Amino acid sequence: MPWYVEVLRAVAGTIIIFSGVAIVAAMFGVLLERKVSGWIQSRIGPTHVGPRGLLQTVADTIKLLQKEHIVPRNADALIFASAVVLVPLAALLDYVVLPFGTTRWGPLIFRDLNIGVLYFAATSSLIVVGILMAGWGSNNKYALLGGLRSAAQMVSYEIPIGLVLITIALLAGSLSTVTIVTMQAHLWFIVTQPISFLIFLAAATAEVNRTPFDLVEAESELVAGYFSEYTGMRFALFQLGEYAEMFAMAALAVTLFLGGWRGPVLPSVVWFLIKLYALVFVFMWVRWTFPRFRVDQLLNFSWKVLIPLALLNLVGTAYVVMVVQR
Amino acid sequence: MITLTHYLVVSALVFGLGLYAALSRRNAVAMLMGIELMLNAANINLVAFNKYGAPGAMQGQIFALIVITLAACEAAVGLALILAAYRRFETTYVDDLNLMRW
Amino acid sequence: MTGEAIAFYVLAAITLAAGAVVATSPNLMHSAVALIPALLGVTGLYVLLNAEFVAGIQVLIYAGGITVLILFVIMLTEGGTGLRIRQRNEQAAIAAAVAAATVALLIAVAGRTPWAHEPGALPSYTPGAIGQSFLGPNLPLFEGTSVVLLVALVGALLIARKETGE
Repeated sequence: MPWYVEVLRAVAGTIIIFSGVAIVAAMFGVLLERKVSGWIQSRIGPTHVGPRGLLQTVADTIKLLQKEHIVPRNADALIFASAVVLVPLAALLDYVVLPFGTTRWGPLIFRDLNIGVLYFAATSSLIVVGILMAGWGSNNKYALLGGLRSAAQMVSYEIPIGLVLITIALLAGSLSTVTIVTMQAHLWFIVTQPISFLIFLAAATAEVNRTPFDLVEAESELVAGYFSEYTGMRFALFQLGEYAEMFAMAALAVTLFLGGWRGPVLPSVVWFLIKLYALVFVFMWVRWTFPRFRVDQLLNFSWKVLIPLALLNLVGTAYVVMVVQR
Repeated sequence: MITLTHYLVVSALVFGLGLYAALSRRNAVAMLMGIELMLNAANINLVAFNKYGAPGAMQGQIFALIVITLAACEAAVGLALILAAYRRFETTYVDDLNLMRW
Repeated sequence: MTGEAIAFYVLAAITLAAGAVVATSPNLMHSAVALIPALLGVTGLYVLLNAEFVAGIQVLIYAGGITVLILFVIMLTEGGTGLRIRQRNEQAAIAAAVAAATVALLIAVAGRTPWAHEPGALPSYTPGAIGQSFLGPNLPLFEGTSVVLLVALVGALLIARKETGE
C-alpha cells in the first residue's frame, strides 16, 4: 500500500475516533452522569433542553465555546495551553487498539497492534504528564496541589493495572487485543480471573480520578484541582479527556474480561456497547454512592493491598498456565 | 532510502545535545535530563544495529530494554539524591553545593 | 521520496528540535516538558526500526514514568512559575566545543565505516522473541537487572525518606 493511502486512512480514522468519542463519550457521558446521579439522589436531573433534557450537553458545549479564554497572571502560557491538548489527545489515542466489534472483513478495530495492551498502558500513562503541566502552568496553589496529588495517585495505580494486563496477556498468550477477545470464545476471563477483574475495576476508577479516588479534584478542598484556572473550551477539553479515558478504561475491561464483542443473536457492536455501558454505569454508581478516601488511605490501598494481591494472582496464574495445564 | 548511517547521525546529534546539557547546566535535574538524552542516543544505536547489523537476532533490542530499565533506576536514585540535597542545603544548583570545596 | 524517508526526517526533526530545547532553554520547566516530544520522537524511530515492543516500553517508562518523576522534583524544588534563575554555568562555551567535537567525531566514524546496509530479517512477533531470549540465553542479564532494580528501589527509598528522631 502506498504511503499516502496509509496517511489518508490514519487521518480519516483520527477524525472518526475524535468526533465519535467526543460526541458519544463526553457529551452523552456527561448527560448520563447527571441523569444517573439524579436517579440515585432521587432527583430528576436536567429536563429543560430538548426532549427529557437530552440536548443539555449540547447547550452546555455551545455556552462553553462562547466563553473567554482567561490565562492567569504570571502563568506559564505555553505550558498552560499545551496541557489542554495533551490530556484529551492521550485519552483518545487509547482507542486505536480497542476492538468495537466484528464484521465479515475482520474485527472492527482501528489498528490491531501486536503490542495492543502495552500500547494502551503507554498512552494512558501520558495523561499524568498533561495533568502535571496543567497544575504547574496555572500558577495557582490549588492547581499545583491537585496536579501533584494526581501524579502520585496515577503513577501508583498504573502498577496494578500493568500487573493485571500481564496476567491476561499470559492467559491469552498474546498482547494483541483482538487475540485476547478471540481466546475468550468459550469462557470469559472474568470467570477464571475474578480477582484480576476487581483489581482492574478499582485501579481503573483511581486512574480516571473518580470517586472514591477523586482527591485530585476534591471540590471542598482544592476547588477543581488541576483545572481550576481553565475556562471555556479549554475546560471542556479537560472534561472530554476525562470522560474519554473513563470510556476507554471501561472498553478495555470489556475486552479483557467480558469477552469483548462476543454474545448471541444481537450484532457484535451492540453487544460491545451493552457491556460498555453496563460498566460505565458501575463507575457512575460507585461515584455517587461512596465517600472519598484520604490521601494516605489511597496510597496504602494501592501499595499494600492491590499490588501484592495482583502479584500473587500473577504468580498463581503463571503456575497454573505453565505447570498444571501442560 | 534510509540507511544505518542516517540513524547513527541522528543518534550522534542527540548525544551531542545531551552532552552539552549535562556539562553546561547548573541545575542537577537538568543535568539528569541531559544524561537521559545521551542514554536515548545509545538506544537508537542499539535498535538500529539490531535491524541492520544482526539479521534475525534480538540482542540489540534486549540491550535497549536493559538500558531503559537502568535509566529508570538511575533517575530514581538520582532524583532521590537531589531531593536529599535540597532538604539539607535548600538548593538544586550544583555550584551552590560547595560545602566540601574549600 | 518514500513514506519511510518522510517519516524518518519528520521524527528526526522533532527529536532534535525538542532535544535542543531540553539542552538550552533558560526555563527549567520548559526543558523538562520538551523532554516528552524528544522521547516520543525517539519512540517513532523505534517503530520505524520494527522495534514495537521497545517503543511501547519507551513510552511507558520514559514518557510516563521518568518524565513525571523529573517534573515532580522540579515542582518540589523550584520556587514557582515566574522565577528566572541563571541556568548555564561558566563552562558553557567549553561544553559546546566538547559536544560539537564529539558529534563531529561520531559522524565521521559512522560515515567512514563500511556498514552492512541491508536490513536483516526480524522475527515476525518481536515481543515473543524478546521474552524467549530473556528467559533463554539472556537469563543472567535478566536476573542481574532485576537485582539492580531492587537495589535501586531500596537505595532511593533510603536516601529520599525524611530523617526522623536523630
